[in-house]
Amino acid sequence: MRSRNMRRLAVAGALSASLVLAACGGGDDEGGEGGSAGGTSPGEGRAECEHLTEFGDLTGRSVHVYTTIVAPEDAPHKESYKLFTECTGAEVEYEGSKEMEAQILVRAQSGNLPDVAYIPQPGLLQTLVTQTETVVEPPASVEENVDEFFGEDWKSYGSVDDTFYAAPLGANVKSFVWYSPKMFADNGWQIPQTWDELMTLSDTIAATGIKPWCVGIESGEATGWPATDWLEDVMLRTAGPDAYDQWITHEIPFNDPAVEEALDAVGAIMKNDEYVNGGIGDVNSIATKAFQEAGLPILDGQCAMHRQASFYSANWPEGTTIAEDGDVFAFYLPGSGEEKPVLGGGEFVAAFNDKPETQAFQTYLSTDTWANEKVKLHPQGGWVSANKGLDINNIASPIDKLSAQILQDPEAVFRFDASDLMPAEVGSNSFWSEMVAWVTGQDTKTTLDNIEESWPSS
Amino acid sequence: MSAGEKILQALIVIALFFAVVAVILVLTSRLRSRVGEYIQSTAFLLPTLILIGVGLLYPAISTIRLSFRNNFDKLWVGFDNYQTIFTDSDQLRVLFNTALWVIITPIVATLIGLIYAVLVDRARFEKFAKALIFLPMAISLVGASLIWKFVYDDNVGLVNAATEAIGLGRHHLLINGPWNNLLLIVIMIWVQAGFAMTVLAAAIKAIPTDIVEAARLDGVGGLKMFRFITVPSIRPTLIVVLTTITITTLKAFDVVRTVTGGNFDTSVLAYEFYVQSFRSNNAGLGAALAVLIFVLVLPVVIYNVRQMRKVAAR
Repeated sequence: MRSRNMRRLAVAGALSASLVLAACGGGDDEGGEGGSAGGTSPGEGRAECEHLTEFGDLTGRSVHVYTTIVAPEDAPHKESYKLFTECTGAEVEYEGSKEMEAQILVRAQSGNLPDVAYIPQPGLLQTLVTQTETVVEPPASVEENVDEFFGEDWKSYGSVDDTFYAAPLGANVKSFVWYSPKMFADNGWQIPQTWDELMTLSDTIAATGIKPWCVGIESGEATGWPATDWLEDVMLRTAGPDAYDQWITHEIPFNDPAVEEALDAVGAIMKNDEYVNGGIGDVNSIATKAFQEAGLPILDGQCAMHRQASFYSANWPEGTTIAEDGDVFAFYLPGSGEEKPVLGGGEFVAAFNDKPETQAFQTYLSTDTWANEKVKLHPQGGWVSANKGLDINNIASPIDKLSAQILQDPEAVFRFDASDLMPAEVGSNSFWSEMVAWVTGQDTKTTLDNIEESWPSS
Repeated sequence: MSAGEKILQALIVIALFFAVVAVILVLTSRLRSRVGEYIQSTAFLLPTLILIGVGLLYPAISTIRLSFRNNFDKLWVGFDNYQTIFTDSDQLRVLFNTALWVIITPIVATLIGLIYAVLVDRARFEKFAKALIFLPMAISLVGASLIWKFVYDDNVGLVNAATEAIGLGRHHLLINGPWNNLLLIVIMIWVQAGFAMTVLAAAIKAIPTDIVEAARLDGVGGLKMFRFITVPSIRPTLIVVLTTITITTLKAFDVVRTVTGGNFDTSVLAYEFYVQSFRSNNAGLGAALAVLIFVLVLPVVIYNVRQMRKVAAR
């Protein structure tokens, strides 16, 4: 590893040296990190550009970024790159595609890669690093920023075999239960602080004739993923974060008794006719209800609770107030009460070359400057980051505020969505489909055995 | 590189291609000997051969090669991928479903098309009736699948509304196998019956009237006419229709992806190929499935081409 780094350093040094010569001098004597394009950065002297001036004048160059984020969510992204262009002179070419996760591997194998890609799954990052060997390590400035602004857990999800590759970008919190504050207040229900209280509350609600939970896991060909999130969230609470990590890396088998216990705990809610499926139908209706619509019965008072990530806020109809005193809000899915595990997801910025403009862009995205710049572009909410430099006061919506608070809470133990970390054969195939089979009647043991069997042997 | 530059590049490449071909043709046209004729015909064939090679042979060979490799094209695994297809319980289910599709869809679609064609032949509202059944052909398979997904829906679906109205209650139609497979097959039949009807109706119209009249004079009518005159006369067309629908069905992907996403035991070969290649990142197994589809389609295609030649020769 050392020798590879040395070589890269030498190449970068030679590259920057020649560029500096071409630009007739300039004060880049360090010649080391990342490689500057030489010249005077357009952002020289501006406080918000301080991270970027070291890359020199990048005018006329462009960075091609490839992401899963498409219209309309891509607009604030593009908008947030303006400062980057002002600071460095480089333009950003944005390409969003819903097929990106499959396409990036095809493009890696055929050598047709963008400069930068936003990878939504650490498992995919791992595949790109180990199988295609196309991901290039970021410059030291990115790692310094990540050490400063992100927790150790987030950094580890952007690393493969202890080598840091990709800085975290956006984040979401999945450990949320959506509810109607008014419905809770009218009935005198309290927000549960422990798992036991949650189950007691479910019984209380069921006794009033309302089905307490509503669930829907239909999502086209990705049908089943909301159920995998359920299992992961509960597993973090019943088995703990350490067992959870071992489960992901297959140190304990997928059908370990700890997982069985967690799935049975999920089943106590999801397969309980008394508890589901509020406003939708019976247990089987979970499998065919689109996840986007599954929480909506809360608005009609036909369902009391819906476990879904922070991004579900985009699915409430227009005119719904999402606030602690509004129509709907979310509470943290409680655990034992002692620990505070948080399940979530996010994207990571992987680069496929070490051109100065690529490295400058990576650096920009890893700063607190960008995170605050980006969040200000969301006056309606809908975006947070795990960046600790993100000022909570810049966040407009209450649910995003709550998410950011949880992400920045030193007590909280963050864990990434397990299915995004497992091999694709499991994480985006058998785990989904077997959970669908489980919901529609297959027993817990068979389900977990089947997934274990599909785990790739190598 | 901007889009404009790319288009320019493409245009230059195409222009170059034509220029080279033109030069070769001009040069060979000057040759007058027998050998010259061979060179000339080779020159004419060359562009086609190159395109077939680049667009068909190369991908086919690399797919076959890939089917003997592991998931990231790193190791030779022999027949492991094929063994998986024929031993893994999920894959066996896929094979079973595909068999169900391939047996039911062509036969039922052709049968419906044939009966319909005979019934509306020379009827007063023939054109309108034909347009009705031909309409689904104009809808893309994804569009048709979306329509039927609503028909089968738990809450707003037509089928559930009907069963409830006649006292049979509501059902989760798409969940319970193996019937859910049949419900998906109905979608394909709905689309393909129009194709069968159109082609068969044209064939029926082409039956010489003297045969029909002779039969009628001999006292043949109704079902017997259908059995002994109509069907034998259009037999080659019938086979072409059957085989064409069989090929379409073997490649069916859109219906499964749109309606169930392969869940509830409804996956078929073409969809499984996509899932393994692009979702499971298991390119080896995906390639093996693609090769299997190819091997299954190939004899049908050959048979189909032969039958078409027979129809054309008539």
